[in-house]
Amino acid sequence: MDLAKTVVRRILFYVVIGFGTAFFALPVLWLLSAPFDDTPTYAVRPPREFTLDNFTEIFENRYAVGSLVNSVILSFGTMVLVVASAALAAYALSRARVPGRDALIYMLLLLSSVVTGTAAMVPIFLLIFQLGLIDSHFGVVLVLSGGLLPAAIFLLKDFIDTIPRSYEESARVFGASPLQILRHVVVPVARPGLATIAVWTIVQVWGSFLTPFILLRDPDKQPAAVLVRTFYTEGGSPNLGLIAAFSFLYSIPVVLMYLLAWSRYGFRFHGGIKS
Amino acid sequence: MVGLGRSRAVGFIAPALILIGFFLVFPGIWTLYIGATNFRLTGVAALRPDFVGLDNFRAALSDDMFYRSLWLTLLFVFGSAVIGQNGLGFTLAWALRDTKKWLKRTLESLVLLAWILPSSVVAFLWVAMLDRDGGTINELLGTTPGVAWIVEYPLLSIIIFNIWRGTAFSMMLYSAALSSVPPSHLETARLAGASGSQTLRDVVLPHIRRYALTNTLLITLWTFNDFTPFLITATNPGSEIIAIYIYDKALVGGEMGYSGAISLLVLLINLLLALVYLRVGRRGSR
Repeated sequence: MDLAKTVVRRILFYVVIGFGTAFFALPVLWLLSAPFDDTPTYAVRPPREFTLDNFTEIFENRYAVGSLVNSVILSFGTMVLVVASAALAAYALSRARVPGRDALIYMLLLLSSVVTGTAAMVPIFLLIFQLGLIDSHFGVVLVLSGGLLPAAIFLLKDFIDTIPRSYEESARVFGASPLQILRHVVVPVARPGLATIAVWTIVQVWGSFLTPFILLRDPDKQPAAVLVRTFYTEGGSPNLGLIAAFSFLYSIPVVLMYLLAWSRYGFRFHGGIKS
Repeated sequence: MVGLGRSRAVGFIAPALILIGFFLVFPGIWTLYIGATNFRLTGVAALRPDFVGLDNFRAALSDDMFYRSLWLTLLFVFGSAVIGQNGLGFTLAWALRDTKKWLKRTLESLVLLAWILPSSVVAFLWVAMLDRDGGTINELLGTTPGVAWIVEYPLLSIIIFNIWRGTAFSMMLYSAALSSVPPSHLETARLAGASGSQTLRDVVLPHIRRYALTNTLLITLWTFNDFTPFLITATNPGSEIIAIYIYDKALVGGEMGYSGAISLLVLLINLLLALVYLRVGRRGSR
């Protein structure tokens, strides 16, 4: 009886593990093999003839390289804006007595998880439309920053709270101004926190689809996230070699950044921060 | 205050607050107004929208398309998040709780990879998997001629897709929750001769109930607001969940007022979910 139970349990275990592995591995295997296949198909299989030609197609495509540049512009633009304004705000909120500070931060966090995605699509589009910022990278950067800032401030304030104030006090004794203190005392100490926020922002923007999709109509302005869709929805049969190689190239930075963050800080859960 | 006067503190906070105010708070509040007008992208109503009160809401409530998309959203959220991600996430966490390290690491990395890859790439991977002629799913099932999953079973397609995409969060959360169950309790249960399912029900579940609740609320909120299914089934009516319905009405049809009214509804549901989440979270930390 007990033996039968153990056997059944073992079998169940292997079924779960086997099914789970196959389910999660199969789609990713395509991304690993199709870019190097000289005649890629939809099906997952090892490359029939190994080639790098698919990657040269990226450079021949009218929009591919430009879209990666656009992704870089959007990610870094948003990163700079978010890190700079979140650092200033988090420092002030951490060091000065602002009435109702915690309530304010929670309200903003709540708002950023409520006014998002589906719910924000219409007002965001209309706002940017009225401002005349459709087809402008700046408009996308502003919208994405607004959405990411509450979480960034929340995380950074937590981080700055742990930095002892004595450094700043001694700097002040020597007559440093608050901005100087921030630049020469706080920023160097807070660098790991700032780096985390920077990487997190880049990853979020790099993958975001909806905001650039509705705000950028000009294909010359669209980032890689939007171009991937264009590749497989525009008329005719899709060029699988190009899609595979481009998707592969476009995915690498995100995976690398996760690995970097993972090896440095371990995998941590910032409850609900992924949007 | 450490060398930071009130005026300077305000100056430091101002850039962030202005950005948040303009691009987060204002759109949220503005939805109230948009939903009460006949705002359109083109024509006269584009220049001078009229206030129409509750007309948009009345229109939505008598529109079959609206009800259908609500129903599809319910099925999508329930099937892919509440049942799918929750169930698979817990099953994986439970199966992996004390296996060999390399196995746990490998499977966890695979599941996490599905979570970190950019959504448009992930969407195409599933477009390929589910393709009628050469897709891997049809090859595995040996269906000839192949089934056009995305066209014939759009809702099922996006449910499977979203389970694949989002299980990582639930798995990691349950894995953390399970490691918080004291081993002595499990040992006591074993000595008392409790079966696996009894242990699960009487020892493990009470410990992780709160995690399960917060997890379900979060993934419900995310799935409810997720636009990624659009990348797979576009505006196929069989899977036109509320996110796609709003997009279709607003950005394709130009009916800003009408879709603003529906956005307001989505906003209120989001707010409700988020408030319940905060309540549950706060009660637990006391």
